[in-house]
Amino acid sequence: MTEIAERAPALPARTARRALTPIVPAQNVAGTALVVVIAIMTFLSCLTLGAVTLVRDSSVAWQTEISREATIQIKPGDGVDMDTALVAAQGLAAGFAGVRSASIVDEDATARLLEPWLGTGLDLDELPVPRLVIVTIDPTSPPDFATMRTLLAEQVPGAALDDHRTWADRLVAMARTTVAIGLAILGLMLAATVLTVVFATRGAMDGNGHIIEVLHFVGAEARFIAREFRRHFLVTGLKGAAIGGAAAIVVFVGFSVWSSANLATPQGDQAAALFGNFAIGLTGYLGVALVAATVTILTGATTHFTVAAYLSELDGRQHA
Amino acid sequence: MVKASLGGVFAGRILNVSLTMTDQGLLGPGCAWFVIPVKVGAVIQFENVGLRYGMGTEVLRDVSFQVPPRSFQFLTGPSGAGKTTLLRLLFMSLKPTRGLISVFGKDRARISPRELPLMRRRIGVVFQDFRLLDHLTTYENVALPLRVRGRDEASYRQDVIELLKWVGLGERMHVLPPVLSGGEKQRAAIARALIEQPDVLLADEPTGNVDPPLARRLLRLFMELNRLGTAVVIATHDLTLMDQVDARRMVLTGGRLDIYD
Repeated sequence: MTEIAERAPALPARTARRALTPIVPAQNVAGTALVVVIAIMTFLSCLTLGAVTLVRDSSVAWQTEISREATIQIKPGDGVDMDTALVAAQGLAAGFAGVRSASIVDEDATARLLEPWLGTGLDLDELPVPRLVIVTIDPTSPPDFATMRTLLAEQVPGAALDDHRTWADRLVAMARTTVAIGLAILGLMLAATVLTVVFATRGAMDGNGHIIEVLHFVGAEARFIAREFRRHFLVTGLKGAAIGGAAAIVVFVGFSVWSSANLATPQGDQAAALFGNFAIGLTGYLGVALVAATVTILTGATTHFTVAAYLSELDGRQHA
Repeated sequence: MVKASLGGVFAGRILNVSLTMTDQGLLGPGCAWFVIPVKVGAVIQFENVGLRYGMGTEVLRDVSFQVPPRSFQFLTGPSGAGKTTLLRLLFMSLKPTRGLISVFGKDRARISPRELPLMRRRIGVVFQDFRLLDHLTTYENVALPLRVRGRDEASYRQDVIELLKWVGLGERMHVLPPVLSGGEKQRAAIARALIEQPDVLLADEPTGNVDPPLARRLLRLFMELNRLGTAVVIATHDLTLMDQVDARRMVLTGGRLDIYD
């Protein structure tokens, strides 16, 4: 035995002082696949969350926009002096508390409104076209619409007040349904993410079973083994979640920039009418961060429980 | 005291010291600090132990034996006789279906999962398939039992290097296991089992993957360890190996154990 020992030359100090290799291998195929899976699922979850945020914000904007205006419509009829009626309606509406302004839609504007249906060069005097008074309302303290409606019926012949309530109610219902569907999809997406991350983590852990077993046999305590694996997979989860979250943010920022750059174009106006300015706001970005953090924690927790289950199986089994 | 004595083991120079029994224990001449206390009682004891897998027939039946301190024994028998299973019972990675196993004076059935790692640190195991971690160097594999205890590398570096030199792997310490030969892997696995200076060393077919000269050298290594105070149990079916040592033989046949002192 001594001769064996004597054969070994003294080692240079530098070789004996290199940094220790992590007990859990830094990266392998399963680990890379796990990063990719986590990144994709985080990306999709964040997109869903962003879409829900966008729809919710847009629906709130629509409701606010609609509740800011009411319309007085004056139908032409026998004995109705349209100009007088318009001025009377405007004056009556403007006198109410909670009304910021009341403006008559003039003949040119009315003609432009009807242009898509009746074409250009329309002479309003030749057709019985209703005329409108736009009433701008203070959304924080709206006027008494019932009284306004009654007074208009009494004092202005052919006048009718439309406070957009029916339309707003329908819109609110539609927006709520849309948000509820979005939240349901987000819930399903998050559930799918949770399950995918759990199974992908367990799959990646399977390739490390021999390491757990060796650590177990050399007398490592369960908490040491769990800590080593948890730390490794937390980093893996963090990488994937960060990549997925960052990609989602890039998409949101990209849409926002595109939307801003196309403000004056028909496509931009159409998109803006539906989705506002495509910005998900601070809440959206916080949501993305929350999804990424949840996925990371989930990866770590799954690892912990998988190791605990593996060790429990090694220790608790009666037979191999 | 045992720990201090084995610290000396790694310094190659004292390996061929002949130990003598004294009132205080085993004493190596010229090394006053090198004292191993004499232990009394069995390190591991089996009483009427039986084990079956699931609902099958018993693999081990009424197995009773002791592993005394500083003893040397072979565990042998035909392939499939249950040698590895018995080793796993010794190492507490299996629980018996019936009977009593006592490890370091403690009933196996009463050892909690929390205590198990601490108990296992007193038992070194050399697996038939080595169980080295391929991504760690030879040095790191051997140091693993100390690393998992949370010890600072600086505190054990020299011990590991000396032990690696002792088993003839001084030049291979920064090599990954896949490029080691079978014999080198075996020696690395043995070094890993010894680094914590165990009270008992269990080796499963330790010479199964090496040529006869290396097998003899490994056997001498086990005997040297035994002389220094470690109880050794070697599971093997290599008769040539067993014939080289006059040691107790425990023969497993059909799940029953016969002991030839």
